[in-house]
Amino acid sequence: MLVSLNWLSQYVDIEGYSADELAELITKGGIEVETVESLNKGIKGVVIGHVLECASHPDADKLSVCKVDIGEEEPVQIICGAPNVAKDQYVAVAKVGAVLPGNFKIKKAKLRGEPSHGMICSLQELGVESKLVQKEYAEGIFVFSDEVTPGEDALEYLNLNDTILELGLTPNRADAMNMIGVAYEVGAVLNRPISLPSPELVRSEESAENHVSVRIEDEEDAPYYGATIIKDVTVQPSPQWLVNRLVSAGIRPINNVVDITNFVLLEYGQPLHAFDYDRFGSKEVMIRRAKQEEKIVTLDDTERTLSSDHLVITNGHTPVAVAGVMGGADSEVQGDTTTVLLEAAYFNSKLVRKSSKDLGLRSDSSSRFEKGIDRNRVVPASERAAQLIQDLAGGTVLRGVAEQGARHVEAKDVSVEVARINQVLGTEISESEVAAIFDRLQFSYKNFGGTFTVQVPPRRPDITITEDLIEEVGRLYGYDNVPATLPITESTPGQLTDYQVKRRRVRRMLEGAGLYQAVTYSLTSPAKRVFFSDESPEAIRLAMPMSEERSELRTSLLPHLLEAAQYNINRQLENIALYETASVFLPSGSELPKEEEHLAGVMTGLWQEHPWQKEKKPADFFVMKGVVEELAVDLGLQDRLSFVRAQEPKLHPGRTAAVHLDGEAIGYLGQLHPEVEKELDLKETFVFEVNLEKMLTANVEHLKYAKLPRFPSVTRDVALVVDEMLEASEVKNVIQGAGGSKLVDINLFDVYQGEHLEEGKKSLAFSLRYYNPEQTLTEEEVKSAHDRVLQAVEEQFGAALRS
Amino acid sequence: MEERLQTLKEEALSQIESASSMKELQDIRVAYLGKKGPITEILRGMGKLSAEERPKMGQLANEIRAAISEKLDEKTQVMEKAAVEEKLKQETIDITLPGRPVNKGNHHPLTRVIEEIEDLFLGMGFSIAEGPEVETDYYNFEALNLPKDHPARDMQDSFYVTEETLLRTHTSPMQARTMEKLNGEGPVKIIVPGKVYRRDTDDATHSHQFMQIEGLMVGEDVRMSDLKGVLQAFAKKMFGEEREIRLRPSFFPFTEPSVEMDISCFNCGGSGCSVCKGTGWIEILGGGMVHPNVLRMSGFDPEKVTGFAFGMGPERIAMLKYGIDDIRHFYTNDSRFIKQFNHI
Ligand SMILES: [Zn+2]
Repeated sequence: MLVSLNWLSQYVDIEGYSADELAELITKGGIEVETVESLNKGIKGVVIGHVLECASHPDADKLSVCKVDIGEEEPVQIICGAPNVAKDQYVAVAKVGAVLPGNFKIKKAKLRGEPSHGMICSLQELGVESKLVQKEYAEGIFVFSDEVTPGEDALEYLNLNDTILELGLTPNRADAMNMIGVAYEVGAVLNRPISLPSPELVRSEESAENHVSVRIEDEEDAPYYGATIIKDVTVQPSPQWLVNRLVSAGIRPINNVVDITNFVLLEYGQPLHAFDYDRFGSKEVMIRRAKQEEKIVTLDDTERTLSSDHLVITNGHTPVAVAGVMGGADSEVQGDTTTVLLEAAYFNSKLVRKSSKDLGLRSDSSSRFEKGIDRNRVVPASERAAQLIQDLAGGTVLRGVAEQGARHVEAKDVSVEVARINQVLGTEISESEVAAIFDRLQFSYKNFGGTFTVQVPPRRPDITITEDLIEEVGRLYGYDNVPATLPITESTPGQLTDYQVKRRRVRRMLEGAGLYQAVTYSLTSPAKRVFFSDESPEAIRLAMPMSEERSELRTSLLPHLLEAAQYNINRQLENIALYETASVFLPSGSELPKEEEHLAGVMTGLWQEHPWQKEKKPADFFVMKGVVEELAVDLGLQDRLSFVRAQEPKLHPGRTAAVHLDGEAIGYLGQLHPEVEKELDLKETFVFEVNLEKMLTANVEHLKYAKLPRFPSVTRDVALVVDEMLEASEVKNVIQGAGGSKLVDINLFDVYQGEHLEEGKKSLAFSLRYYNPEQTLTEEEVKSAHDRVLQAVEEQFGAALRS
Repeated sequence: MEERLQTLKEEALSQIESASSMKELQDIRVAYLGKKGPITEILRGMGKLSAEERPKMGQLANEIRAAISEKLDEKTQVMEKAAVEEKLKQETIDITLPGRPVNKGNHHPLTRVIEEIEDLFLGMGFSIAEGPEVETDYYNFEALNLPKDHPARDMQDSFYVTEETLLRTHTSPMQARTMEKLNGEGPVKIIVPGKVYRRDTDDATHSHQFMQIEGLMVGEDVRMSDLKGVLQAFAKKMFGEEREIRLRPSFFPFTEPSVEMDISCFNCGGSGCSVCKGTGWIEILGGGMVHPNVLRMSGFDPEKVTGFAFGMGPERIAMLKYGIDDIRHFYTNDSRFIKQFNHI
């Protein structure tokens, strides 16, 4: 909503406040003033001029040589290039020394040999937006249609000394979508009275009801409809004051009749429509639901197809307007219109919203109906428009209104106790202060011992319950005056859940290990969603995605994490280590999908590097595996997590492990398949993704201290030559089984293949530590346990001791 | 004999003095003090001396031995010290060379901001509630006083999955979910961080996915002044002790009265600059007193309890706090961006 301060001051005294001060007060009162804009874009020295003579330039077809009276002793000569300049016009003249928007200075000049002392201005040159300039002046200079005096300041006549406040209205404050509503608000904020227009109509003897009848099919759809008939109308340009009001509100002037309906819309918030009575097609106005597939060509010359969801105004046969949204082209007021049928109605806001949405048509009219207008202002607004048509278009207003429905609704009562106000706000506002605030709002009320029963006027449909009144009191009392306190309710322990504690620990552990946290999007493309799986679960797809790229919810975190890696690599950042914790979305069979928190990581390039000490450790499978193992340690799951050789689509067939928790697969770890690396333009890249929820919800025993060793332990190293395909974990398991309770630690410290070893064999070297918590181990105990180990690996794998 | 002993002493001491290696010193020790050395030799010839002179000479010889030995020890020590010094000198390194980097990552800036806010509210006795990102229309809208045809639904155009489910447009659905579980028994003190989604085209200031932190407190005698106090503590923690806050009336369907909170500009202190668009104030979050319909629908009696709620955007807070100019940075994961958040 654009609010002209010149216009506003017609209803409420704003003297004594600068535009910025006023904006600040209105904002604090609850309606945000988004911008304060002066219409004068730096203009100085523009006056009214009277074109006394106008002749063609001797040496240039398109230029005119004008003698212009600018209120000085002698007329000045101005060369003008506008096609519409003519003798006897009153125009806006930028004198020599004047400044126009953009700091454009007017100097004496010679144009094709003829001296020019100033410039005749177009509205655009004075800073008016092109879209607001009347059609007749769009391509040339502006010409005053009123009586004006040469030499006077042109800015005042053109309202270019005005300041505009742009209000950002929340949906509940539709009451401020018109100047009278804004006046009520500003009056309340400033605690000043307001004065509203009181239209004086002279009605003719002739009755409107002889010319038209009104019938509403269903008063639920249209609770009130009134038609006023105005004869003998002359359609012509509006006077300057009306033009100025519309331009200040951002509406382009068209002709007096249309401008008046727009003006009243802005003033009262009541959408009106003027039909050309002679083009209406009948003497009956009939308001009904549209028929299925019924068509209408609207004012914007577009054919619209309607349905029974839409309310239309008809002439008894065909639609002449989409109710509350836009009129039809056939019955539009035109230059030759002489009789006007003026519609003033109250339509069901939901129906207007539906039509507007379905037809993709938002108008100043529909946006007001949608949010709710003041039922009690329909008839006064209609009278205001009729009076203006009478005054400005020479119309004769016929007696009576053809109408159906109730003109008035009663104010609603809402009560509030002063004690309740103070309890909710934490304030100590007195009864008399509350009364004063309701007075400022111009609400009638009764007060019995601190209980106010307020008659809420229909102009404020947002106020329906006690809390709404508390807000009215609070905002005008001023939230700056509300103290800042701390809650006095019973104290509560604020703490993270076990799950949240563990999740924080996971993040810190991963970061300690060198990975950076990434956050990527949940919405993905169908191709990315199934990237890491051949048999992905059914998609959870948006009903109306904005793009295919963001159309489905992801079932895996890795695709976007890889995308992040690619993004970095494309910017010459080669060493990547990223992780993310986030939800994936899986079908659940019930209304909402199953959301499962996952953890994924990606590594490529160098993991550690210290160049001058010649240290370069590239990321590899075991770096990634070490991170996952360490994560298990952190969560107390080190003995419950295991890695099992596995195959995953998109991963290297020989370098992939399934991650198991308590024997159940919860994710995988591996190198990207070289073909995938090539496809994504990545070097060797290592990834993992696990179901984090499983890891964080696994029951873990409380940490308990283990007694420190009291006796020395004995360590024996053993190097075993085995088949190269044999996996180390198998050997370890056998050693573990054979070693007995005294074998407490098995540490693989060397893997060797090559010289001095038979083809197809490898050597695995383990360090075995024996310990007895009860007493010092004897040589015999160690020997017997160690012999069992050697015997077992020999029997199981034919493993020979490597000498 | 005495003369010879004295000469030997002079000789030995001078040789020790000029010795330049431990080896030489060892040789001198053997040469003078060894069993075959000259002093022993001389003492063997003592038999020819008078009984009077014998002890005298013996004493002198021992004194000379001691003197040589002492000098040898002294010199050895000096040389050992020199050797250590030499070794240390050779071991000297250029301490200005860079140290070995400790490999560590860090939080994403959004997590950093969210954890900071979580910790503040944990300290005030709030707990952290989390909920589903795909929500029912009921919890996302209806339970928050936004019935199906409410005009305010236009304010947040959303991603529907089915007619009745959608990607949540705020984390406020946890208000109703949390309250329902409590069967009308307060107090309720939660904050709800999480991802939310709106139908916006991604650009420098819009993102179809972003974070939100919702706060809710419901109990007997929860007042708007409490909301102001809690938010003031928040503003000072996040943006500095000297920050002031102001509440402006606003509108949200789920709160009544509703407010928006501004903080005094941390960049100019309130005099007006580009960060605060010349106003001296920066809009941070929205909130208000929980609408009685919301309380009622979730099983609480608005006659008995009141509550406040607020919602804020970690992206906006991070952008203001760290001067980040483009919201897309949070989601492209450029390591040059994330790595900047590696310190206090
Ligand atoms: Zn500032």
